Amino acid sequence: MSNHKLTQLKALEAESIHIIREVVAEFRNPVMLYSVGKDSSVMLHLARKAFYPAPLPFALLHVDTGFKFKEMYEFRDQVAKDVGAELIVRRNEKAIAKGANPKDLGVARCCGALKTQALLDALEEGGYDAAFGGARRDEERSRAKERVFSMRDEFGQWDPKNQRPELWDIYNGRIHEGESVRVFPISNWTEMDVWLYIREENIPIVPLYYAKEQPMIKRGEMLIPVDENSMLQEGEEPTNVMCRFRTLGCSPCTGAVYSDANTIDQIIAEAAASRRSERETRIIDHGSNSMEDKKKEGYF
Amino acid sequence: MSELNLNINNEIELLRLVTVGSVDDGKSTLIGRLLVDTKGAFEDQLLAVTRKKSAASAAEIDLAMLTDGLAAEREQGITIDVAYRYFATPKRKFIMADCPGHEQYTRNMVTGSSTANAAIILVDARNGVVAQTKRHTHILSLLGIPHLIVAVNKMDLVDYDQSVFENIKADLTEFCRKQGVHDLICVPMSALSGEMVVTRGDTMPWYTGDTMLGVLESLSALDHVDEQPFRLPVQLVNRPQTAELPDYRGFMGRIASGTVRVGDAVTSLPSGQSSTVKEIITFDGNLEEAFFPMSVTLTLNDEIDVSRGTMLVHKNHDLPRHDQSLQANICWIGEQPLEEKNRYFIKHTTNTFKVVVSEIVHKTDIHTLAKDDADQLAMNEIGQVTLKLQQPLFYDAYVDNRVTGSFILIDTFTNNTVAAGMII
Repeated sequence: MSNHKLTQLKALEAESIHIIREVVAEFRNPVMLYSVGKDSSVMLHLARKAFYPAPLPFALLHVDTGFKFKEMYEFRDQVAKDVGAELIVRRNEKAIAKGANPKDLGVARCCGALKTQALLDALEEGGYDAAFGGARRDEERSRAKERVFSMRDEFGQWDPKNQRPELWDIYNGRIHEGESVRVFPISNWTEMDVWLYIREENIPIVPLYYAKEQPMIKRGEMLIPVDENSMLQEGEEPTNVMCRFRTLGCSPCTGAVYSDANTIDQIIAEAAASRRSERETRIIDHGSNSMEDKKKEGYF
Repeated sequence: MSELNLNINNEIELLRLVTVGSVDDGKSTLIGRLLVDTKGAFEDQLLAVTRKKSAASAAEIDLAMLTDGLAAEREQGITIDVAYRYFATPKRKFIMADCPGHEQYTRNMVTGSSTANAAIILVDARNGVVAQTKRHTHILSLLGIPHLIVAVNKMDLVDYDQSVFENIKADLTEFCRKQGVHDLICVPMSALSGEMVVTRGDTMPWYTGDTMLGVLESLSALDHVDEQPFRLPVQLVNRPQTAELPDYRGFMGRIASGTVRVGDAVTSLPSGQSSTVKEIITFDGNLEEAFFPMSVTLTLNDEIDVSRGTMLVHKNHDLPRHDQSLQANICWIGEQPLEEKNRYFIKHTTNTFKVVVSEIVHKTDIHTLAKDDADQLAMNEIGQVTLKLQQPLFYDAYVDNRVTGSFILIDTFTNNTVAAGMII
């Protein structure tokens, strides 16, 4: 008898490709939200696999805050070029012109303006009826309750108590005019799966994921990077720290972790040994405004 | 972690689980326990659900808080919606759907169970087999879950008495036999203290079977791929029409069952036209053979009629049924009841079209499991119906094929998913 078994990564891959194809088959105008992080990198890779040898049948949309790391912008532009994908970048220019920043507005309001509002505006402007996102259910407990096809009303909002049951791998893509879906093809992947897959498939990632010695501010238990976006508080002095980023967001709001892992294998070993979730370094998750609240408002 | 370990982690199989139980059976505690003891939950997530400074002791943590993800659930102290949880051991990766046990939330249980290879049913050792246990077991058998595992929980509250466990096991074995479920495993445990969940403890020396985790690791995740007929519901036809690929037509889909090889004679349904497989294309290079549940792209040697909704099957071999009506067991999850003559959309594999309910054959009383006549099926009710289809459909019985034997019904006005259907 032949060995007709898939490894768990290949099983996840097959499921994700099925989801991505189903969206392209059933929606008029899908777009892929590309946040430049490792999860987006995996999602983009899966989309390329889904349609090979044809090019991607949708554009990549980067909702930019202007506060991302410069390595992320360089990486984003290079990837779009290498993949041959159409890249759309949208920002909340009004808020940016008014100088919106997390120090003055607070993290929740800043995210609301620069991320949630910018995303909703971009989706409306593009007339997209489906938007792929790289969120995973293992990231955060309200995300654990999210569907693969997640309905959004006319205002882009999520109603967690009124979600459509999702049965087998039959996805209900029927929506009314004005409604849209957020689709999460890597819902069932864990952080470890993402790293193992990046390793197995040689998927390029932003170099910030690898450890190096860099100037950091130690704020409480967090390591905050020092760059042109830094908003130093009084008495804070940068020191050189050997560290890396487990997740990537806006540089003023993304902490690093102490690490000397500078290969994929070392990162995987570190993730396997870690007792703390990757979202611990995201300031956005720690305010009074929970992920569930933000998602209801339209945040990814 | 050594290189060897990384490779093991890469090659393990996936097992999809569902857990069901009544409100106070300790289901969330069991899941929390599995997550904590297999290190599937992180310290900061644990700290977020405890006021204590240390996450070291799992017993001090309200494990249920870890899985009840929505604010409304924590306020009400109940689980409202299916939550998906992930954990892995060196032997296997698990995706666990945690389903609420309330009667009114049967829809969530059906949702969580539909993709599962195995189910854990929680039973409180003090209460034994209650009506809800039977109801859950019935639904799980309808959904064709290959393995049922009964966690006889709270053994600490019955002094770890072997006879309590044996009585529950005998009751359920008898009930399952009547339901046609043959693969039933019972494990005595205390989820709160952790005995027989991941570690054995020393309170139940009379139990010689595996711990819960041991059972989960040793269950067969195997689908009988080689014995199944080949089915490929086509999702999309890829026609890039680029300079490099002017005439390319690739048929994209996820194999629903069986295997396919280059050179195989295949038939396109419903057109009935046949050809042979030219290539099995993937991003990683062409394959000689592909099998369930891979997502692939096929090209054929002849120009035949293939589009979304087409099913590719092996020519003249074990063909699916072809009919303009079908009989099915359905779990009704819509707010408005199902009634005869009502019209819905059916989504079956990659086809969506209209159906009319021609007959409600019977309704299953979920308390007695008796089959009664009925004019309607209300939310969370289960019954058997006959559907008349707008056009003929190719399908298999659900017991033979969980992909080509399942469907959903969609309300034509609200677009909500209103039924889970299993073709008889």
